[in-house]
Amino acid sequence: MKDFETIEITTDILILGGGMAACGAAFEATHWAKQHNLKVTLVDKAAMDRSGAVAMGLSAINMYIGLKDGDNTIKDYVKYVKNDLMGIARDDLVANIARHVDSSVHLFEKWGLPVWKDEDGKYVHEGRWQVMINGESYKTIVAEAAKNALKELGENGSYYERIFITEPLMDGDRCVGAIGFSVRDNKIYIFRAKSVLVAMGGAVHIFKPRSVGEGLGRSWYPPFNSGASAYFTIKAGAEMTCQEVRFVPVRFKDAYGPVGAWFLLFKSKATNALGEDYMETRAGELKRWAPYGLAKPTPTNLRNYLMMLEVMEGKHPIYMRTDEAIKNIAAKIDDEKERKRKLKKLENEAWEDFLDMTISQALLWASTNIFPDEQPSEIAACEPYFISSHSGASGAWLSGPEDMAPDEYKWGYPQMTTIKGLFAAGDASGASSHKFSSGSFTEGRIAAKSAVSFCVDHPELSSFDSSKIEDLKSNILKPLETFNNHKNYSNDPDINPNFIKPKMFMFRLQKIMDEYSGGVSANFKTSEALLKKGLEFIRYMKEDAEKLAAEDLHELMRCWENIHRLWQAESHIRTMLFRKETRWPGYYFRSDFPEMKEEWKCFANCRWNSETDEWEMSKKDVIDLVEIE
Amino acid sequence: MPSFVITEKCDGCKAQDKTACQYICPNDLMVLNKETNKAYNRAPEMCWECYNCVKICPTQAIEIRGYADFMPLGGYVQPLRSTDSIMWSVRFRNGKIKHFKFPTRTTPEGSASPDAGFNTSTDDLKSPILRTEPESLGTKKIEQL
Repeated sequence: MKDFETIEITTDILILGGGMAACGAAFEATHWAKQHNLKVTLVDKAAMDRSGAVAMGLSAINMYIGLKDGDNTIKDYVKYVKNDLMGIARDDLVANIARHVDSSVHLFEKWGLPVWKDEDGKYVHEGRWQVMINGESYKTIVAEAAKNALKELGENGSYYERIFITEPLMDGDRCVGAIGFSVRDNKIYIFRAKSVLVAMGGAVHIFKPRSVGEGLGRSWYPPFNSGASAYFTIKAGAEMTCQEVRFVPVRFKDAYGPVGAWFLLFKSKATNALGEDYMETRAGELKRWAPYGLAKPTPTNLRNYLMMLEVMEGKHPIYMRTDEAIKNIAAKIDDEKERKRKLKKLENEAWEDFLDMTISQALLWASTNIFPDEQPSEIAACEPYFISSHSGASGAWLSGPEDMAPDEYKWGYPQMTTIKGLFAAGDASGASSHKFSSGSFTEGRIAAKSAVSFCVDHPELSSFDSSKIEDLKSNILKPLETFNNHKNYSNDPDINPNFIKPKMFMFRLQKIMDEYSGGVSANFKTSEALLKKGLEFIRYMKEDAEKLAAEDLHELMRCWENIHRLWQAESHIRTMLFRKETRWPGYYFRSDFPEMKEEWKCFANCRWNSETDEWEMSKKDVIDLVEIE
Repeated sequence: MPSFVITEKCDGCKAQDKTACQYICPNDLMVLNKETNKAYNRAPEMCWECYNCVKICPTQAIEIRGYADFMPLGGYVQPLRSTDSIMWSVRFRNGKIKHFKFPTRTTPEGSASPDAGFNTSTDDLKSPILRTEPESLGTKKIEQL
């Protein structure tokens, strides 16, 4: 691949990703870097204005504590998160985000994000922690502030778009940079840095989605989040946590529109086809999952589980009773004029909820003539995703905050992985769920300040063996070479015994995960026998990954996305296999270990050992800093 | 195909080095056909229907036809985005039409000043205090468990 130019960039703090966490990192890092004359460089696979999970927009900010008005405490938030995750969370990490998150939300508002206010000037809440916004331009506004912050740093601040990061650069046990390629020009990029902050999002399209035609792209979480964070930290040798804790959202069926406003703001109920509220009729089941099952709010996975039990008994479709919710609201208003005004407002709010963040759902209601005041709408469990910023938890195992973390959770700099100089935030960091957009931005800030601190304490630029660069480059470009070498053998560019194209590679992975690892068509159930069989097929995939082929740069990106997905998938299977219990029954169910067990009230961690190519599994204690009542 | 380009309306962004839709697509799907000078979506089945190409297109040449594997034909949702608001037209399969207008930002484009007027109370890198804090929190100090 002689026609590929190699571009080397040397920086101090390298931020990988361009979403909410990465923008938070850029905002924060630039401030501290300025005081110490350090360089900050951000690398995004897309365009920052519309990259990451908030690319389409959002209709609410799901994490706001209300500290200044004493609405809630950070302890309240830790309790809420920990209970939702069935007792498995890092209290120190969650509390650290919670104590800073309001600051981020106040900044968003100043930058220009419209936040709904009531007559007294207070934020309008969807639920206890959720604040309503007009969020169509949420990401654009946040990206603008991050870019402006980089600009303030002059020549020491820069960002690169449309560069896909493939691998970490390592110097022994220290991460010293990253390598990737431009998806637009024939260029390889090598970034050398003193500290590296990973914020490249979670993972989608690892499990077979419900829709496999055009609707393949209509994943709830965006299809361009392809496991780059997990791959990067795993390959760097970092310890990972909660890799078994996937997230299965229940959303409006097929278009995956949000249900939060309907449940929380409009007080709608969900029922089975017979009109029964399964949260009431199946309340007895929650006792099995005590203490978490009996606390309020009921954990996300248990709400899912009660619904799944209905489906398994054939009592679906499951409906969001939008019509009843609207009737109930209308019935409470006597004055006709006032009622009309209120219903008009509600209609606007309901449609904005979709148009701000899941436009397809508006399109689906339009194309199926759904008027929410006249008829209910179907809801269903989506396929599993890896998103620790929401109700999942998978990601890197991190050092906690100096002033709150117990010694067992502390080995240096806050938000640093077990690898020196490698930091993580957003979907890249594990066991600190329910950060959502504002918390991810905030976690990026915390990690960035810490990464600057690491730079100042380690001013030497670590060496990287340049002889390895050529190997890395040819490895990155191998799919192009494979295609070129074999393309003339067959008459079809996609069908050739010498290689596999990334699309079919992805479909194969999705089928394995779906059928053996508890996907939609397996009713989210799996077992040791199934997982071991799945692992056999994963081994073939790892071998076949060597034969991935790409015709152009776009397809080269698809090849690497799917290599990243494969590693996320393997760590998921291995950790589900390791945890011999069922703890999150609405996310996945171990049919051979159907109960929750006290001995598994711990973190299940894993680490890939690059020297032996083996996975090391370990239990880590959950240290309760806050007690769940 | 989720996002599609209306042939007559697309001018290939007048042969600039890349089209607006190419610039913005978060999944790298929009491409310019150099022969016809028209943009197209190269992998509709990987399209998230995020509408970013639709919103940014200077000639309103891009629309969305809902995923055919679960959406009946005839629905139509089209935005018109300005610097501070967005207008939506929603047409149902049965012909009914609804219009919505929502604000998108309260400040002029480009004006987001990182510090937003808040001061940072320390220069200490080891302190948990972040940029603009505690002023931006609205509290006197940083909380502890």
